[in-house]
Amino acid sequence: MAGRNISVSETSRPKLPRHAKLKFDETRQVWVILAPERVLAPDEIAVEVLQLCDGVRSVAEMADMLAAKYAAPRKAIATDVVAMLQDLADKGFLTEARENTA
Amino acid sequence: MSDTLAGTKTATAGPTDGLAVLEQTRSAAETYGIPLAVLLEITHRCPLQCPYCSNPVELDRGSTELTTEEWKKVLGELAQLGVLQIHFSGGEPTARKDIVELVQHATDVGLYSNLITSAVLLTRDKLAALADAGLSHVQISFQGNEPVVADRVAGLKDAHRKKLEVAKWTRELELPLTVNAVMHRQNLHQLSDIIQMAIDLDADRLEVANVQYYGWALKNRAALMPTIEQIEETSRIVEEAQARLKGTLAIDYVVPDYYALRPKKCMGGWGRQFFNISPAGKVLPCHAAESITGLEFESVRSNHSIAWIWQNSEAFNRYRGTGWMPEPCKTCEFREADFGGCRCQAFALTGDAGNTDPACTLSPLHDEIFKQAMRESEGRESRFLYRNFAGGTLETGDRQDERQDKRNGA
Repeated sequence: MAGRNISVSETSRPKLPRHAKLKFDETRQVWVILAPERVLAPDEIAVEVLQLCDGVRSVAEMADMLAAKYAAPRKAIATDVVAMLQDLADKGFLTEARENTA
Repeated sequence: MSDTLAGTKTATAGPTDGLAVLEQTRSAAETYGIPLAVLLEITHRCPLQCPYCSNPVELDRGSTELTTEEWKKVLGELAQLGVLQIHFSGGEPTARKDIVELVQHATDVGLYSNLITSAVLLTRDKLAALADAGLSHVQISFQGNEPVVADRVAGLKDAHRKKLEVAKWTRELELPLTVNAVMHRQNLHQLSDIIQMAIDLDADRLEVANVQYYGWALKNRAALMPTIEQIEETSRIVEEAQARLKGTLAIDYVVPDYYALRPKKCMGGWGRQFFNISPAGKVLPCHAAESITGLEFESVRSNHSIAWIWQNSEAFNRYRGTGWMPEPCKTCEFREADFGGCRCQAFALTGDAGNTDPACTLSPLHDEIFKQAMRESEGRESRFLYRNFAGGTLETGDRQDERQDKRNGA
């Protein structure tokens, strides 16, 4: 079960699991996450965060980047990012790099 | 062989629900929009003989199946149409020798592909080749949690052991795995053990799918219909497991609609999000639609494109939206919540596909059908009518597996 049932924190290094694919759908002109029997339509912020989820970058690093980019309070951004990623993880659309999950 | 898209997919509610969000982007006039997923029944041939098979009772023979080139053309058209997901199903899809080539082509045209399989024909090499071809997800059907029940339901010796082996290879190859457990009166007592089996197999997802009663399953209803006590116990077990396994094993639960108050939103509504293509190339609003007599279905072998068939064909437009509805659906506040339930079930149980699905308590026929199902669930009939190309074979005490196996292929 490594990589599943994760608890997202600033030290997490999340990534999409193999069965979830983030893709821009040209026909509908929206971003979608494709997963078994599911198509999700993440909003713009979620897409931006998910594009940073490469299994290497930590949530703390993502929060730093987004805070700088939007000149927004880092603490609020970090809280929102963790909550959004935890929601995705609970639904099975997010995992962690395996070496982090011992 | 699987109920996968047979309506009642429990799409997650809430702001991240893709279906809801995607639909909001469509104008009201385009109530059906662009299909999200298509089930390709690439063959009806199958080594299993499950008595609840979702294939029609009149199976397509091997000689009528679309060719490799015809399926590839279909895949290309579907991608162009905006379809995002493809389910390779059957029959048993790996009975086709070109399955790897077809999966590769789906990948090449940008489709997310699922393999919906009984697993018994797969070798490790074949599965590895499918993974290399870009297969996104594997769904394996299980008939129980141990061979005595499971092999009997499947009508095939050694099937359960083989399925466990293939499930193990699936995870070794790092392919995501869904365990599809089709449930009925004669295996519901194994549900807790099946959930544990899915955990032990390291599955990502478990479908607990109560049998839907059309086609073969309707013929076998007396042997399959669960009792109301079983359903209450099932709901309790599923809810407990969903809470306990959150984030570890996703569990989708398909309730038996005979015991529900409202009918299922079958296929997400007729011709709204999904469709099927039969082995011989018929484009169908759902996998059971051919059971409705009087509807003509277009083929991919016709002069029409799949996009034209989806948008314009008589069969897709007949029960699309809410305009076709009689009372009590017509003025019902739930008419867009369930779109009147299942057309095939309405046809099978009332003789008219344009009636309200009797699974709905508002249907004038609901009480009669519900009571009949209750009587059947408490009856003594436990023998199966096995699914095959010969129109079905009734289970006997001394079944000769060898003789029956010969009827599996077309």
